[in-house]
This record gives sequence, C-alpha cells and structure tokens, in this order.
Amino acid sequence: MSGLKRGGAAIVGAAESDLGHVADGLNPIDLMAQGITRALDDCGLALKDIDGLLCATTQSRTSGLNLSEYLGISPAFIDTTILGGSSFMFHVAHALAAIQLGMCEVAVIAYGSTQRSVGRRQASVREVNPYETPYRPFLPSTAYALAASRHMHEFGTTREQMAAVAVAARQWALLNPAAWEKKPLTIPEVLGARIVSYPFTVRDICLVTDGGGAIVLTAPERARSLKKPPVYVLGCGSAITHANISSMPDLTVTGALQSGREAYAMARLNASDIDVVELYDAFTINPILFLEDLGFCPKGEGGGFVSGGHIAPGGGLPVNTNGGGLSYCHPGMYGLFLLIEAVRQLRGDAGARQVADAETAIAHGNGGVLSSQSTVILGTQATV
Amino acid sequence: MDQSPLAIYQSHLDKGELAYQWSPAAGRAVFYPRLVCPYSDSTALEWRVASGLGTVYATTVTHPAQGDPYNVALIDCDEGFRLMSRVEDIDPMAVAIGLRVRFRVHKPGGEEPAYPVFAPAEGMR
Repeated sequence: MSGLKRGGAAIVGAAESDLGHVADGLNPIDLMAQGITRALDDCGLALKDIDGLLCATTQSRTSGLNLSEYLGISPAFIDTTILGGSSFMFHVAHALAAIQLGMCEVAVIAYGSTQRSVGRRQASVREVNPYETPYRPFLPSTAYALAASRHMHEFGTTREQMAAVAVAARQWALLNPAAWEKKPLTIPEVLGARIVSYPFTVRDICLVTDGGGAIVLTAPERARSLKKPPVYVLGCGSAITHANISSMPDLTVTGALQSGREAYAMARLNASDIDVVELYDAFTINPILFLEDLGFCPKGEGGGFVSGGHIAPGGGLPVNTNGGGLSYCHPGMYGLFLLIEAVRQLRGDAGARQVADAETAIAHGNGGVLSSQSTVILGTQATV
Repeated sequence: MDQSPLAIYQSHLDKGELAYQWSPAAGRAVFYPRLVCPYSDSTALEWRVASGLGTVYATTVTHPAQGDPYNVALIDCDEGFRLMSRVEDIDPMAVAIGLRVRFRVHKPGGEEPAYPVFAPAEGMR
C-alpha cells in the first residue's frame, strides 16, 4: 500500500550529541552538527557523502537551511517535516522512500534542542487556541492527564500502575551511563512527588533536558560495506488523529493502532516477534496506551501488563531500555533517541542494558498530544 | 466573507448562548467552528444553539506553580460535540467522568472574550 520496500534501507550510523545540560551558548544546530559528525564517524562516512538531509527542531523555523549552511552542504533531498516528537519516525519513512527512488544515497536524520538551557517557554512558543487557551491547560501534561483519567475510568488503571512505568524506566536508566537520572526510584516516591496535572506527579512526566543526535541511512548494498552491522528498516507506519486533545476521537485509543498495523504488515511481523520495544514515554500513561495499541497486550490491560517489573530489566518484555524520556533524556522532541537506542540494541552495543539475542526492535514515536503516531520496525541482517 | 466562524461563535456567547455548527451533509455536529466540515466535503455548515447540557468525558486538575489548583475537563454536549472547558462550583477533584453539567457564560472582563464554562446540572449532583 505504502510502496515502501521492506529492508530497502538500513541505519548505518547512530549517535547522540552532548546531552543533559549542554555548554552555554550551544544552539540546536550545533547539537545537530555534533550528532551528525559522531554518527558519520560511527559508520565511516564523511560530510561530503550526505546528499539527503532530514531534520526538525522547535527552535529554528528553517532548520534545513541553517543546518545545510552550517555543514557547508547542499543536499539533493531535504525534508523538515515537523509533527512533534514522532517527526523522526516520519523522517525514516521519507528517507527510505528517497533512497528507494534514487533521490539520495546517504540520508541523515538530525535533531537538536537546548530547551533546558534556554527554558521551555523560549524553546517552544505556545500557540493560542481560542477554544482551549482560556482554560489554562498546562500543555502538554493536561492533555495526557485527560487521557489518563479516561483510561482509569474505563479500565480501572491505577496511579500505582502508571508509577510502575516510571520505576521501570529508572531501573533501565541506572544501567545507562548517559542517563540523566542516577538514583533509584520507588512507586511511593512517584506517588508522593509534587502533583502537576492530576493524576500525574512530576515523576510521571518526562525530563526537561538539552540534547540532540543523528542517524545515517543508506541502501542495503552500501550499508554492508560500512563499519558496523546494518540495522534494516523492516516496517514503517503512521497515523494522525487530531492536533488538539479536545478533537481526539477516543482518548483511550491512539493512532498507534493504525501506525503499528501498517508497520507490522510491511515488516511481515507481529508484536510477538519483537525482541526490544522503544516507546515514546512523555508521560507514564503513554507506554500503557502504546503497548495496548501496538498489540503487546489487549486494550485496557496495559496497567496490569507494566506492573510487577514486567517491563523492567529482567522482566518479560524489555521496554525503553535506555531509561526513556522519563529517566534518560528528553530534549523536547524525543523520537530520534528511540531509534538510536533500537540501533544499539540490535548491534549488541548496549552494554549493561543489552537485551540478549535482539534481532528485531520497534521504535514508536508520539507527537503533539497523542496526535501523530509513527512506528518503525528495525531488524538485523538475519531478519532480511 | 463578512464574519469568521470564531466571530459568530463569540457573538452567540455574548448573548449567553453556546453555539455550534451542524453539517447537513454529514448529519452530525461540528466543533470547533470552521469553514469546512471535517466529516464530509461540504462547506455548507449551519449554526445552531446548544441546550447547554452535557456530560464530563475526561477531567484533570492542574496545579499551577502559583495559585489554587483548577479543573480542566472535556465535556460531551448532548447535541453530539465535545469541547474543552472547566466545571465550576465544586471542588476540582470532585469533578467526575459521567457528571451531568450545564453551561454558563464566563466573562473574564477587560479585553478577554467570554467563554463557556460548566457547573453541575441542578438536582443531578
């Protein structure tokens, strides 16, 4: 249906820029460029090899221009699609299409944000909506809290179950030297933290950090000649259901249902075939919704699924193995970091948090207020 | 075009009315007001005035850095459209999904336009 070819491109390089609280004066384009040079170094390609550039940030209206100028390149293919945190999953599908069509040979996807350094208000200018703004929603958390209220009402999901998502993320983060959070976290500590938007405390909500990164994609043949084992794009899918939370059709069902279905169909895989799961965890309700909508458990059972350490290290399903947006890093639009972690897991490069024998991974991006959903399924050489 | 959908909506609020659009082509209500029906390819949208009765669909309590916590809710109006609003007159934590509510106009004063808020419907608390 989509015309995209299973395994038609591979991720050959992946790297983060500096993370956390970066040096004073660095801007998002600096972090994109730093991520790109590190990702190129990862695969052995050079700036002159890049003929496809995909990027997005809330801090530069024309980031494609600024990044091209900065790097001194004039890419044949350029795409600055911006749909929130899932933008980079959309970019993967677009890069795959461009490579397949011969519009470019080497595509780089980059992100950068200095939202911690400059403040969230500065990094992401609020848009006025005359039908929502008068009620002073604290966005995005109010929107996700509304979704959580509905999930609790319909399925009996509890605050303790949502807190289990934060605790699992923290346990993974303690295995990741790059993670922002360094101390253990318990369910009572999550529940007892400062309430921001009921039912969420500050520990149910992602971090506010700086950071950036990049991934490099190319066609399979060239991919196999490079430094690291290629990680193939097996499936892509996406869905947009709304922009504002007051227009979301059903607050308990996300577009991940459709994006997942499309990605699985293209990959010719099911949820039960996936070894590593990376889900955009802006809020603790998110992984619960996405585990349901992506078919890892039935609708309404996500709360029970994440409890008892099932998604924590040593549990039944490894979810958000880098520590997630909740405990590793969250520089505004986090989707790219899910892809970077999936690549590391499939290469066997994930150190203490490595999932044994990982051959397939799903990286699911969420944007806006559950508005845009985009799923990418990745696999090792053995899967193509 | 003489008046934007927003201006028409606001003029109803100034009269104490909650207005919404009806799409004859789709046979359903449309909210927020716009120029094109998102459920059909029709641009022929009619204005109607809602009864003002609705049900809480989702609810949260926002805790600002300064000031008292306040309710933010999504209300399903009886005519089949949903809007963001808040429920007043009761503790924000007491606003429950399924609560029947009735619309009234809130006038913040100054330059700020009037907007719809809700309170528990009489006799149904």
